[in-house]
This record gives sequence, structure tokens and C-alpha cells, in this order.
Amino acid sequence: MRKVNNIILETSLKVLLFIIALYSVYIFTAGHYYPGGGFIGGLMTSGAIVLLLITYDIETVAKILPINYRFLTAIGLLIAIATSAGAMLFNVPFLTHVFTDVHLPVIGELSLHTATLFDLGVYFVVIGVTMTIIQTIGGDE
Amino acid sequence: MSYLLLAIVSPLLFAIFIPFFHKWFGRVHTGWFVLPLPILLFAYFLSYLPQTMSQKRVMETFEWIPSLGMNFTAKVDGLGLLFALLITGIGALVILYSIYYLAKDKEKLNTFYVYLLLFMGAMLGVVLSDNLIVMYAFWELTSFSSFLLIGYWYERERSRYGAQKSMLITVFGGLAMLGGIILLYVMTGTFSMTEIISTSDEIFNHPLFVPALLCILLGAFTKSAQFPFYIWLPDAMEAPTPVSAYLHSATMVKAGIYLVARFTPVFGESSVWFWLVGGVGLLTLIWGSIFAVKQTDLKAILAFSTVSQLGLIMSLLGVGAAALHYEALDDNIYTIAVTAAIFHLINHATFKGSLFMAAGIVDHETGTRDIRKLGGLMQFMPVTFTISAIGAFSMVGLPPFNGFLSKEMFFTAMVQVREMNIFNLETWGILFPVLAWVASIFTFVYSMILVFKTFTGKFQPEKLSNKPHEAPIGMLISPLILVALVVIFGLFPNLLASTLISPAMSAVLPDLLGAGEEFDVHISFWHGPNIELFMTLGVILLGFFLFKTYPKWGRIYGKLPQKLSLNRFYDGLIEKAQNGSNRMTSSYMTGSIRSYLVYIFAFFIFILSAALIRENAFKLDTSNVSSIGIYEMVLVLFIVVGSISILFVKSRMTSIILLGSVGYTVSLFYVLFRAPDLALTQLVIETISVALFLVCFYHLPKYRKLETRMRFRLTNALISIGVGAIVTIIALSAHSNKLFDSISQYYVENTYVEAAGKNMVNVILVDFRGFDTLFEITVLAIASLGIYGMIRLKSDRGKQG
Repeated sequence: MRKVNNIILETSLKVLLFIIALYSVYIFTAGHYYPGGGFIGGLMTSGAIVLLLITYDIETVAKILPINYRFLTAIGLLIAIATSAGAMLFNVPFLTHVFTDVHLPVIGELSLHTATLFDLGVYFVVIGVTMTIIQTIGGDE
Repeated sequence: MSYLLLAIVSPLLFAIFIPFFHKWFGRVHTGWFVLPLPILLFAYFLSYLPQTMSQKRVMETFEWIPSLGMNFTAKVDGLGLLFALLITGIGALVILYSIYYLAKDKEKLNTFYVYLLLFMGAMLGVVLSDNLIVMYAFWELTSFSSFLLIGYWYERERSRYGAQKSMLITVFGGLAMLGGIILLYVMTGTFSMTEIISTSDEIFNHPLFVPALLCILLGAFTKSAQFPFYIWLPDAMEAPTPVSAYLHSATMVKAGIYLVARFTPVFGESSVWFWLVGGVGLLTLIWGSIFAVKQTDLKAILAFSTVSQLGLIMSLLGVGAAALHYEALDDNIYTIAVTAAIFHLINHATFKGSLFMAAGIVDHETGTRDIRKLGGLMQFMPVTFTISAIGAFSMVGLPPFNGFLSKEMFFTAMVQVREMNIFNLETWGILFPVLAWVASIFTFVYSMILVFKTFTGKFQPEKLSNKPHEAPIGMLISPLILVALVVIFGLFPNLLASTLISPAMSAVLPDLLGAGEEFDVHISFWHGPNIELFMTLGVILLGFFLFKTYPKWGRIYGKLPQKLSLNRFYDGLIEKAQNGSNRMTSSYMTGSIRSYLVYIFAFFIFILSAALIRENAFKLDTSNVSSIGIYEMVLVLFIVVGSISILFVKSRMTSIILLGSVGYTVSLFYVLFRAPDLALTQLVIETISVALFLVCFYHLPKYRKLETRMRFRLTNALISIGVGAIVTIIALSAHSNKLFDSISQYYVENTYVEAAGKNMVNVILVDFRGFDTLFEITVLAIASLGIYGMIRLKSDRGKQG
């Protein structure tokens, strides 16, 4: 592939990537209260990685983020199922969520919800799936 | 399990051990191990004679599926015992004969005897089962084992053809019979034959009576090779001769006779029964006898003769059923038809068995069964000649053999049909004796051909592959015993009268007997000079004349029956059915996905519009419709224009972009209808899918890149418009027919209280209905792995393939 010196793209990426990643994490964490959630969060995180892919090439991105996305999919599924099935250990039906308010020293009042863990599974699966598809198709000559 | 039930299934159980005998004692002919079983069974069934003679019957039950009323119930009465004795007795003789007929080192003896024992057990089960379902199971087992035996020499094409044909026809009839049994169950609520007979009056007035009758008769006619189902029997002659002698003359083909006799108390009073059983029997009789004359193969003559004789017995049973219309026993002369049927049944088993065995000997010792090659064998095979002659004379009905007696009784019964005053018989009854008489003449002719063309005339050694000589004594024992019986029954017919015939008659015509009564059967040899005697004399004279002049008139056959042959019809039917189904399948299974989509959508339109019209469900209710604003109108315009222009653009790139624009407009709709999560997702997903489309577009093969506008097809246009219209109508009707309030109020109230969330969509997705989400992400994972597999693993497959 012919290497073009696209310094503008590379420089703006350094700013944008951070913002996109942060926004995707925000969307993921805020999902229970505001529009968003694991699905869109995951899609947006993969969007950030796709931006990386566009700027550099596949090998470079694989060096920056040495992630096997098929494992990520599997881990995501595992988290989702573990969260769902874990409820059965406490003698309640499959996929029963619990939540509590805890007081943490630095952060302060915080509501913890097992649904977030489930959403984390969704988040990982979506990143894994999107990136697997894009990597596979993109890497195919 | 009692001894009786064990006796019935003992051949089936014994069949398991045959291969071991064959393997371990290979030096001894396997048949010797089999032989004791039927002899033992014969002796065992003989021990029931005193009970049936005193009009008792023995019932034994083994519970099989009691909750469905299906139990293995064995019933020994006169009729069943008669058949059981025939099956075991002739079975023993046939096994003895087969020991000498089948060579130890050339044939697959283990399979032969396994099949034969399967058949024997199945046949015993048919005649001794009181439960109709069990009877049906055994009935089909006889069909299957007969199929296996006919195809015994499966290397031969004709054997396979014959086996397939007999299988198709008998199983067709068997299934019809199962239908009849089920109809009887519907009428009576029981599968027990005894109970069904006891409720025969109710059945007679039931609307299902005639269908049940027809179904049962189909089963009986196919099995007993009646017109027009006889065609499998001549082709079944490809089986080894012991099999032909056993199955296709003495036992299996009589299963249909048994069935008719068994059901006579149930159906016999109806005129349909009389005309079908009697009429088809007579037709078969004359048809079989006419066709037998033209055959040139010994076994083919015997096959058609079997068909004809079975027709005779069948017609007698049909006529005998008319006796049920006459109450008093003393002057009920019509019962003689049933007597004659049962008597002839025994006689036929004896003489036809011996004739088949004699034909097998001729085949075995000369190498051919073609009567055009045979001749003058009397000097080489005097014993075989004697056997054949006695068998054939008995078949013709010459004194002093047993065939004479039953033929006389047959004429008596047929002559008496004219005197019946039911079923229009005053006028049509004359047909019965006339047809019977003509058929008897032909019977005479083919019997004479059978004996004299084979054993007298010019000896043609050059046409024979073997040097003819008399058969070994072991092969002659069985036919000798059978012809001895022919003579004994001929001279002393009353040996059978009270022992077998009378008890069997009381099973066929139970209603005619009061308590403690029994049929007084007395077969006298000499009636005096009556009409039957003159008919027999006429048969002999005319038959003799026709036999002598056969070379002159035999040529008529060359033209006549070729057109009437039902084989051609059968073969044509099979071929047409295959071609037809083939054509039908290839007419709609085009392999083009476009036509399958047309079927699917056409069916979709049809079934939905039919349901809408039938239920009268179309309704348009605008009371619950919210107002339409300017934004909605604009967006709808965007979507409509975008969708329609996709149909008309030339370039694929344009259509992909138009599709993307439609997708983005949909996400604007989500914004407008206040679904921010959906809008976000739709936006991102639309972007990704457009990108994927573009990837696909980029990889299209160069040589197919001709950019053409979509071709217009009327069917496609009509179907797509129809689908759109029907979905719109259903959506409108569904909206106008809202029967319940939405359950969403619960979510609105409990999203924060129960699940500590404020985004209701997300709470539903991960909490209330998280189960769906769990599997949706699984679907995504499978899709990604599928794509990975398709793209990454294809190179490996290319190397292997």
C-alpha cells in the first residue's frame, strides 16, 4: 500500500479519538438513566477503532490494540451469561438483577446495579462482533 | 404367555436361531433343523380338534397395549384351526421338499428358512388372532416375508420385479384393510373380532358400513389375487418352487379367503357383499381359467389356475353369505355353498401343493418349465406323472378324487343361486351356473395341457439341458403324501366333514346355529343322476373336445388377451405415476429462488386475504389516530421518493446511497417519535450496513458489471403490490381492532421503583426482558464468527477440494 503522509488526519485523530472513546464510555455508563447503553456504546467504541484503522493500517492497529476480538466476543457473552446465571446461586430466577446504593469514600454516593454488568457483556460483544467483521473483511485480499 | 400364544410365535422365535444352525452345523442341510417345528405345531394344533368339534372355542390373551384395546388374543375355532392345520401341515411337507430341492452348497439356506419361518409364524398369527390390529400386524408380516421369498434369487431382474409388484399390490390392500379395521373400531369401539361379530346388527345399519366393507374386501381381494389384483401372482412364480407351492397356492393367497370367511358374519347380509364377493369371485374364476390355457410355463399355468380356483372359493363364500337370509337350518339348502367353499379350500391346498411340487421336480430334473420343450416324460418320471395326473384330475373334478366332490357341490351351490329370491337373483342368477360351467371347461383344458403336454407326446431331448430322470425319493415324499390325501379325501370325504368342515362352518355362519346345534355336513359320493352330474359330464366331454382341437383354436389367444392383459395397465400405471410425479416436481421445483419467492409471497397474499375475507376482519377506525404534522409528511415524502427511485435507478451505487438515505430518514422518524436510543442505533447501523454494501459492490465480478435497470415483470409487480396492499390492510385493521390496553403502563410505573433506572428502553432491554438481549448478542456473535469462518476458512477448503 502506498504510504501517504496524512499528518492532518493523524494529528486530529489524537484529539478526536480521546473524545470519541470518552463519549462512548459515557453513553455506556449513562445508559440506565439517559439514552444509550451497551449497544450504542459498543458501536461507538468500535467507531473509534475504525477511525484508527482508517488513519493507519491493520497491522499498526493490531500493534496498538493487541486484542483478539473473537475472544472479546466470547468474554462478553460469558459476562452476560454469568450475570444472568449468577442470580440462580441466590435462589432467585435466572436474570434477576439487584441494585444497592453504596457510599464510597472518594466518589461519594453511588448506585451499583448488576444490570450494568450485563450491559458490559453486551458492550464487549458488540465491540468484538463489529471489529471481527471489519477486520475480517478488511484483511481479506 | 400360554402355550397357544407361544405356539403362534414359535416360528418367529425359532427363526432367530436358524443362522446359528447354518453356521455351526453347515454340513447338515439347515432344513432338517427346521422340519421338526411345523410337525410339532401340527401335532399341537391337532390336539385342539376335539374342542372345536364340540363347537367350543379357545381364547388366550396376552396383554400388549391394553390401554388402546390392542391385545394379543388368540382364538382357536373351527375356521382358525382348519387354516392352522393347513399352514403347519403343508409347511412341514414343503420344508421336507425344499431340503431336497435347494442345494446345500449353492443356496443361501439360512436366509431362506428364516424367511419361511417368518412367513409361517405370520400366517399362524393371521388366522389365529382375534384382535384385528394384531391380525393386521401379522398380515403385513406375511406380505413382507412373501416379498423376501419372491425376491430370494435377487440377482435376477424378474425376481425383483415380481417381488416389488406383489409388495405394492398386497401392501396397498393391507393398508385398505387397516382402514376398514379402523372404521369397524369407530363403529363398535373394539378391535376384538368376537365382539364385532356379536354387534353385527348395529354395524349393518351404520353409515360407515359400506366403506368398511369395501376396505376389508380390498385387503382380501389383493391378498387372494382376485380380479383385477391377481396380476402379482403369476409374477410371484419367480420364487423358488417350494415357496410357490407353500405361499402362492396353499396358504398366503388363502389369507384373503380367510378374511372373507371371517367377516361373513359381520358383512354377509348385505347385497353389496353378495355381489362383490360372489361376482368378483366368478369373474376371477373364469378370467383365470381362460388365461391359464394360453400359458406355456408350467408354473404360470399353475399360477393362473390358482387365481381361478381362488375365485371359485371366493364366489362360493359370496353365495354362501346369502344363506344368512334364510332363518331355518333344516331347509336352508344354501349353506352348501359354504360347505363347498371350505371343502374346496382343503382340496385345493392338497392338489395344488402336489402339482407345484411336481412342476418343481420337472423343472429340477429337466432344467426347463416350458411345456413347448417338454414332452414324453412319462417313461422317465412315472411317479411324478402319477402325482401330476392325480392332482390335475382332481383339479378338473374327476371322480374318484376330492376335486370331484367339491366341484359337484360348487355346481349345486351355483344352480341354487337361481332359486334365491333376493338381490334380483330371479333374473341375474342364471349367470352364476353358466359362468361357473364355462370356467370349468377351461379348467379342464388347461389341466389336460398341464399333464399331457408335459408327460406324453414326443420326447425332445435336444431341448433339455439335463438328462431327465426320476426325482430322489426325498423330493417325492411330500407330493406323494398330498396326492394320497387327494385320493383319501376323495374316497372318504366324511373324514373331514365332522372334524374340520362343520366346525369351520359354524365359525362362518354362527347366526344360523342355535345353542348346542351343529352343521350336519354329509358329503355323499353319489347324488343320483341330477343336474350337477350332467354338468360335470358336459364339462368333460366339451373339455376333451376343446383339448383335442386346441392347436386349431389356440391361436385366437394370440390376438385376444394381449389387449385385456392387466399387466400392461399395471406397468403403465407405475410408469405414468413415476413420470407424472417427476414432471410435477420438476415443474415447480425450478431451482430458481425467484420462483420460490413468488410461491411464498403468492401464498402469503392468498392465505391472508382469505383469512381477512372469511373472518370479515377488515375495519377502518380513525377515532384513535393522532394528528399528522408537517414533519411527518415531509419525512414520509422522503422515504416514499427514496424507495420508489431505488426501483428505477440504473446504477447500483445510486441505489445503495438511496437506501442509506431511506435508513437515515427512518432514524429521523425515530427522533420525531421520541425514540432516542433507536435513533442512535439506527444511525450507526445504517452507516455500517451502507459501508458493507459498498464493500460488496466493490467486489462484484468485472464481467457481470453491466449496469442495467431492473427488468419489469408483471408477476413480480403484481405480487409486490399485493404484498404491500395486504400488509397495509392488516396493519390498518389491526390498529382499528385493538382489543386490550397496552401493558406499557407497568413499565412506566416500575422502571425506577423496581429496576433503579430512568431509561425505560434500556431497562427493558437489560432487566425486564434481558433474556431476549442475551440471545440477540448471541446471534451477533454467531454472525461475526460466520463471517470470519466464511472468509478465513475458504482457502483451506479450496486446497482440500
